[in-house]
Amino acid sequence: MDLAERVVGLAVAGEQLEVVVVHERETEARAYEGEVESLTVAESRGVGVRVVSGNRQGFAYTGTLDRDAVDEALAEARDNMSFATPDEHCGVAEPDGVDAADLDLYRVSLADHPTDEKVAMALELERLTLSVDDRITGIESAEYSDSISEKAVATTTGIRAASRETGCFLSAYALAGQDGETQTGFGFSLGREPGDLDIEIAAREAAERATRMLGSVKPPSGRLTVVLDPWVSAQFLGIVGGTLSGEMVQKGRSLFADRLGDDVAAPGVTLIDDPTDVCAFTASATDGEGLATRRNVLIAGGRLDRFVHNSQTARRAGTVSTGSAVRGYSSTPGAGVRAVSVVPGALSQADLVAGIDDGILIQGVSGLHSGVNPVSGDFSTGAEGIRIRGGEMAEPVREFTIASTIQRMLLDIEAIGCDLQWLPMKAAGVTLVIGELTISGT
Amino acid sequence: MHVDNDAAPLMLAPDVLAETLTSAMGTGAEFAEVFVEDRRSISALFDDGRVEELTSGRDRGAGLRVVAGDTTGFAHTADLSPLGLRSAAEAAAAAARGGGGGVRQVSLDQHTGPAPGPVGIMPGDVPKARKVALLERADAAARGSDGAITQVAVRYADSHRRIQVANSDGLLTGDRQVRTLFSVFCVASGDMGMQTGRESVGHTLGFEVFDEVDVEDLARRAAGRALLKLEAVPAPSGEMPVVIGPGGGGVLFHEACGHGLEADLVAKSASVFAGRRGEVVAAPIVTLVDDGTMPGEWGRCAIDDEGRPAQRNVLIDEGVLTDYMWDHLRACREGRASSGNGRRQGYRHLPMVRMTNTYLGVGDADPDEIIADTAHGVYVAQLGGGQVNTATGDFVFGMTEAYMIEDGRLTNPIRDGNLIGNGPQTLLDIDVIAGDFAMGSPGTCGKDGQGVPVGDGTPTLRVARLTVGGTAA
Repeated sequence: MDLAERVVGLAVAGEQLEVVVVHERETEARAYEGEVESLTVAESRGVGVRVVSGNRQGFAYTGTLDRDAVDEALAEARDNMSFATPDEHCGVAEPDGVDAADLDLYRVSLADHPTDEKVAMALELERLTLSVDDRITGIESAEYSDSISEKAVATTTGIRAASRETGCFLSAYALAGQDGETQTGFGFSLGREPGDLDIEIAAREAAERATRMLGSVKPPSGRLTVVLDPWVSAQFLGIVGGTLSGEMVQKGRSLFADRLGDDVAAPGVTLIDDPTDVCAFTASATDGEGLATRRNVLIAGGRLDRFVHNSQTARRAGTVSTGSAVRGYSSTPGAGVRAVSVVPGALSQADLVAGIDDGILIQGVSGLHSGVNPVSGDFSTGAEGIRIRGGEMAEPVREFTIASTIQRMLLDIEAIGCDLQWLPMKAAGVTLVIGELTISGT
Repeated sequence: MHVDNDAAPLMLAPDVLAETLTSAMGTGAEFAEVFVEDRRSISALFDDGRVEELTSGRDRGAGLRVVAGDTTGFAHTADLSPLGLRSAAEAAAAAARGGGGGVRQVSLDQHTGPAPGPVGIMPGDVPKARKVALLERADAAARGSDGAITQVAVRYADSHRRIQVANSDGLLTGDRQVRTLFSVFCVASGDMGMQTGRESVGHTLGFEVFDEVDVEDLARRAAGRALLKLEAVPAPSGEMPVVIGPGGGGVLFHEACGHGLEADLVAKSASVFAGRRGEVVAAPIVTLVDDGTMPGEWGRCAIDDEGRPAQRNVLIDEGVLTDYMWDHLRACREGRASSGNGRRQGYRHLPMVRMTNTYLGVGDADPDEIIADTAHGVYVAQLGGGQVNTATGDFVFGMTEAYMIEDGRLTNPIRDGNLIGNGPQTLLDIDVIAGDFAMGSPGTCGKDGQGVPVGDGTPTLRVARLTVGGTAA
């Protein structure tokens, strides 16, 4: 914050300055065949400087806190500003009187935790994963990683926001083999301090997901009811959340641009973005411009209720920021969701599956970046999972795609599970039953 | 034209590097390495009808790697003073925890290595106003091509990256890597909703790229792609022959087998291609090469990020798997030389095995005849990235411009979607390759959270059977 304030103090008359300072410490330990494959202990810092004057904006960043580099960034930002087209909505955020929530996201215990014990967790994760089942032939990776991040934002308009968060993560990719066939499975556990982590769950999930894919076949093409596992639905909801950015709407790149007030999802679907929910791995009390984050209901009972805004998109829309500026130190703030979830239902995944005569449980998808077009809404991804027959889990299936459109999928949500699960991404997962998707296989 | 062909200048003095490496080896490690990087970049975005912003960035620092036994210790620092380097070296050494202890003095050889790629006009010497002017021209061309173009985003970006690598084997080398990128993203709106079109060009060259590349033409092609898809029909669903146009298919090989031929994944048996060297893995018409030396291409470098000269590596020769791709660590364990494929996103990252420019050798078929010879299938003119599970070989890739083939003719354009296949099977199912050839769009390949620039290229080719992931019956 001292550095941010120093730079803000360099503003000249008629100029707005915003300075973002980020400091991160990370540890990553990987285990392989009972040894420490690699151990990374790293510290990084960065500064982003945004200058606004005469309705123009310029930006520069540097990956060090050295005075010469920061001064160079300020000079570059001013120079860059002179090439921008004036825009009356440009400007840094103004304090809006909303107090930042007091969130408990920092654990001193993480910083104090000995590196040796972090390494031991990675080794134990590998050992446990290999011991779950005889058919686990190896691991692709078993790792422990954590980060301690601190962020400060200061502006000439009077914003002073500082936040710090800790997070840690265990993940394992297991390889299962039988009769010359290999399958993979992913398991993880996350928390704010090492004590939150459950090595056994991560190991068991990785092993079970890999072994249950053994003997998998390519399914025939057709139309089927699909059950999205939380890991998959979180990725889908993250994409949906992305289309509700005020910036995408204003730039004519959101398929929901003209749909406020319309029924865009099944009546049971309520979608909320709430970075103040401490359960969210991505929780944060302040946004990328230093304003308080808040709970925003995006879709209420199927009806599109709200887009998310930063201060600039809010000014353009004639409204107020929803505290949804998202950015790192190396970019200007965008407007986007941070912690999206749907309000869960009453039934477990097993209960939901029991009610399906003919369908597929999707446990993994691939190619979300290449086969989903968030502007047109076309949705097509590679998939693997378990066939459901007569309410029972049947044979594993792989090498097929599932396809629909984002618009259709939201309307086709038939049921929502009770198994809400926060994941290391901007959305929480929950089991979703989608009425009908096209399966492309043989 | 001014050609900057000088060897990359030293960034840190050899004695500072040698002392740093000596500190790193202090706990009895077998190998230590300093990777120094200084990267300047600029990105200009024209969006929503105006110059939205210019962003300048600077990143400099060093990554210290220490290997003891099976363990790699890594630390990085933005502090390039002798003290900053020494504390990072000690942190990396502590992480690797070498057993023996003792002192091993490191001395460095004379600076060696191939010269950096020639650059005609250094981007840093070009006024920002000229870069911005390119954006405006591209925006106007895209919008001018049809009233249905409702949004255009144009980006110009360049970077100037200097690296220096020194290691305990005495290696001292460096490189200067310049990249220039220009991309156009259009949205077209019609009765059936919105569609998108993208086009980009990128080279390891300077501003002279724009002597060859007409940004207005590039913009019109991106716009044309979005407009075309306004009339697109839903993609078909199921298995069928797929013809891929020149340049497009590189992504297919990158995913179908490229990642599976990376020695780190092979060593962990996390690749379907493990243990298959010398075997027939593809149709005999398939020869696949990874070549870091291709002049001007997006994945080009004089040296990799471990200081090893880039080279041309034949991976598959007439259907036979000849070799994997190697980094320093994996190569050492096999008692062989690295293939120049040890790359990293930046000084904050450990190097690992990565592709550079991957391409398929030409065949002798006529591209038009390949289409004429296909009764029913899909023609993919532009691909949009992909993903693979190397352990199972299942891979996907996206299509962002594609058409139905009916009775040997291209008919309706089809909507975006993924195709899915299994790598080893797909390589065997390639039944014809044309004599044309083109490099594809500049790509960023992601692996373990690190992105590195890669290029790829192919002639027109046909895969006898792939699964198209659309919604139409």
